Amino acid sequence: MLGKLSFSAIPLDVPILVGTFLGVAVIGLAVLGAVTYYGKWGYLWRDWLTTVDHKRLAVMYIILAIVMLFRGFADAIMMRTQLALAYKGNPGYLPPHHYDQVFSAHGTIMIFFMAMAFMTGLMNLVVPLQIGARDVAFPFLNSLSFYMTLVGALLINISLFIGEFAQCGWLVYPPLSEMQFSPGVGVDYYIWAVQISGVGTLLTGVNFFTTIVKMRAPGMGWMQMPVFTWTAFCTTVLIMASFPVLTVTLGLLSLDRYLGMHFFTNDAGGNVMLYLSMIWTWGHPEVYILVIPAFGVFSEVTATFSQKPLFGYKTMVYATCSIMVLSFVVWVHHFFTMGAGANVNTFFGIMTMIIAVPTGVKIFNWLFTMYKGRVEFTAPMYWTIGFMITFSIGGMTGVMLAMPAADWILHNSLFLIAHFHNVIIGGVYFGYIAGMGFWFPKAFGFKLNETWGKRAFWCWFVGFYLAFVPLYVLGLEGMTRRMNHYDNPDWYPWMLAAEAGAIVIALGIVCQLTQLYVSIRDRNLPENLDLTGDPWNGRTLEWSISSPPPAYNFAVIPDIHGLDTFHTEKQLGLKAHGKPLAPIHMPKNTSAGVFIGLFSFILGFASIWYIWWLAAIGLIGIVATMILRSANRDVDYYVPVSEIEHNEEVYSRRIAAAQAAE
Amino acid sequence: MKKLWRYLPALPALMLSGCTVDLLQPRGPVAVMNRDVMVAEFVIMMLVVVPTCVATLYFAWKYRASNKEAEYLPNWDHSTAIEYVIWGVPAILIAFLGAISWWSTHAYDPYRPLQTDDNVKPLNVQVVSLDWKWLFIYPDLGIATINQLDVPTNTPLDFQITSDSVMTSFFIPRLGSMIYAMPGQQTQLHLLASEPGDYLGEASQFSGRGFSDMKFRTLAMDPAQFNDWVEKVKTGSENLDDTTYPKYAAPQEAAPVQYFAHVQPDLFDGIVAKYNNGMVVDKTTGKVMHMQSVLNAAPSDTGMKE
Repeated sequence: MLGKLSFSAIPLDVPILVGTFLGVAVIGLAVLGAVTYYGKWGYLWRDWLTTVDHKRLAVMYIILAIVMLFRGFADAIMMRTQLALAYKGNPGYLPPHHYDQVFSAHGTIMIFFMAMAFMTGLMNLVVPLQIGARDVAFPFLNSLSFYMTLVGALLINISLFIGEFAQCGWLVYPPLSEMQFSPGVGVDYYIWAVQISGVGTLLTGVNFFTTIVKMRAPGMGWMQMPVFTWTAFCTTVLIMASFPVLTVTLGLLSLDRYLGMHFFTNDAGGNVMLYLSMIWTWGHPEVYILVIPAFGVFSEVTATFSQKPLFGYKTMVYATCSIMVLSFVVWVHHFFTMGAGANVNTFFGIMTMIIAVPTGVKIFNWLFTMYKGRVEFTAPMYWTIGFMITFSIGGMTGVMLAMPAADWILHNSLFLIAHFHNVIIGGVYFGYIAGMGFWFPKAFGFKLNETWGKRAFWCWFVGFYLAFVPLYVLGLEGMTRRMNHYDNPDWYPWMLAAEAGAIVIALGIVCQLTQLYVSIRDRNLPENLDLTGDPWNGRTLEWSISSPPPAYNFAVIPDIHGLDTFHTEKQLGLKAHGKPLAPIHMPKNTSAGVFIGLFSFILGFASIWYIWWLAAIGLIGIVATMILRSANRDVDYYVPVSEIEHNEEVYSRRIAAAQAAE
Repeated sequence: MKKLWRYLPALPALMLSGCTVDLLQPRGPVAVMNRDVMVAEFVIMMLVVVPTCVATLYFAWKYRASNKEAEYLPNWDHSTAIEYVIWGVPAILIAFLGAISWWSTHAYDPYRPLQTDDNVKPLNVQVVSLDWKWLFIYPDLGIATINQLDVPTNTPLDFQITSDSVMTSFFIPRLGSMIYAMPGQQTQLHLLASEPGDYLGEASQFSGRGFSDMKFRTLAMDPAQFNDWVEKVKTGSENLDDTTYPKYAAPQEAAPVQYFAHVQPDLFDGIVAKYNNGMVVDKTTGKVMHMQSVLNAAPSDTGMKE
């Protein structure tokens, strides 16, 4: 009846997990209780859970990303603590069974549910606004994508309390992840969480690709597109090209595990090398999916706060596009040590190094954007300058690893771990946080606190170097990744230093939470309010409308005459629009996404535990909801002119108030 | 206190003194090449990275909004000359590194046999990765060990590597390059120890529960000593063959060192063949052989042994 599921699946014997569960349960009940107490269920359901508004979905994505950051970071500091203890015969506090789940979950969560969710959130918030669109091309799909991501995140976190998670790394290499070596449900949790969220990501890719191709404001040609939109565009192309590969790869692994097939098993013709090649065909573009939008953020932030146009816009676009293409011809550098021939290794090594050229060009472009500018040191600018330095170093170690002859000794070492955290924290994370600070006022109408933002930056910046420089050294001392304990006295002091770094980063996260708290508390102070919708003297269209924007974004779709039209018009003193108002066609909210998400969760959970009748219910539920949604013709409405006029008038009064205050 | 600060730059050196930085202190020609390539890359990249970081900080400081002295060009966004430089310099650098890459990848391809000046006969070692230990078979000497690799110095070492469990990676940091060990596959690696010593050997690809203790000592000694050691091993009583192998191959954490005085000659081929329907490619002839080993009795048509 319940498949593999029984009470013994609940890890009551692991105090850390029981404590975590109690903590999560208390916080969860408190939140639910608060919503009930303040009678906000209706508001939550109507305005948020069933919304198809890209700006609200963006907020939900980023909240999910922040929650997942806590989870992923908790895993990280647990690992560092284990390795600061587990020296010379001390087993530490995490036995391999638990520790192996922790490092597998850390990577999976940080990539799929922290970084991907954050990136999708930023894209949701900014792209339609930057191109002068009123929503994305497929608003319902956008809501569905969010729920797919959320369900993936839920599944992976439920594995903490029911059953176990995978114990074979964040890419679950077979044959270790095959039934023969991992008979538990851990790998199945991984497969279903990643597959379901992968559906969401793929739909996001299709959705934003279509949006950018088809919904740009009149006059906005390709070369008038803001750089962040360009980077989002390249990312959607990468998503559409690479995520199907991931889906197929994990699909084949599922066939091995569920139906006893032999794609990647040791015997009967299975071949693990095939899996490595396939998973990295997705995996390498994936890191560019994450970092390219971060490059877009830095471009917007540097230009705005240097009070100058971006240096070399065209170069930036070409560089981004060449990175996009090159990212598909480098995947073999993840396994130079598999025994491929010298020509193959050289080809992929050189291709990888070539990526350093357009990436270097980007760094120089930001450099020359600051040159002869007026650089304002806001928190987003701090993250940007921190990024330029950190990413240059990370890029350097990346080029070192791209050389097969060096990779043969650095592969799988802590040097590698230090390298990719160097680029993912220093590039991706710094970028997303800069973007969050930059666009926060657009989403909420008030700015984030600068002081706490800068404190957070310093903790992250210093903490990063303290935590990861030791890992570079440890790699050179021959320490490999994923070790649970060790007895080499040379490694011990560096492990302590890395632990200290993790603690400093933890302080950074505390600062970020404080920043959110302080900013919300002081939101009505005049210096924090964003009345004009243009708090930074911005250059792109999102700053031409009120903060937060109305559901339809633009009362009148602007005409575009060139790059940074909004900024040019501002300087010339032109009014952005003078066209007559007309009723606006908008999509209605829908609960279909919530229900498809719910049934997907049931399908995933039931399949993980082999509860086939329940899986059937989930599958039927998904199909039925889709049919119902497709048959529904009542999916849109018109915003009447009177309402638009009213909103515009409120906005004008706020601008006037802001000008009077000056 | 002030005096202390003066010594601060020496701190990293102090922390490293007395430590072995395995990858920077190679003990064989392959590892020397690995290190030299790595260091060369580091130095070349530094030529760009350091100026970039300095320029970042300098520009940010010089053109800070409060510095009204600095020139401000609010609409300047293009310079063909600068664009040539920012594309050109990285491109030249990468072309140079690419050339190093081409040379080193071919010259030190792990599959390429090494030669010494005096043409010393290479020592063949067959490496089997097990859960969670390493089996070393010396096919020409007829002996084997678990978790200890004894090698003569200044002798080319020809490793043939496979796995009888999951995929992992065979790595002796101070001797250089690593190569994966994969079930049903034979990978190759050629190393050489130029100095006697006791070097760490490890599995560098995570392989499950007992991974952290999947280590072995690599004892490099001069050839005469090595021959003595071989004789000593041969006096032992343990045999490794079809019947005893399954016992030693069973999963075991932190496995102790073990010597085998006698090894069944085709054992390694049998281990490879058991995942290939009894077939194995002979390394010397390149022909496919059919193995008639007891190991072939292992079920080959089902992935689920349990």
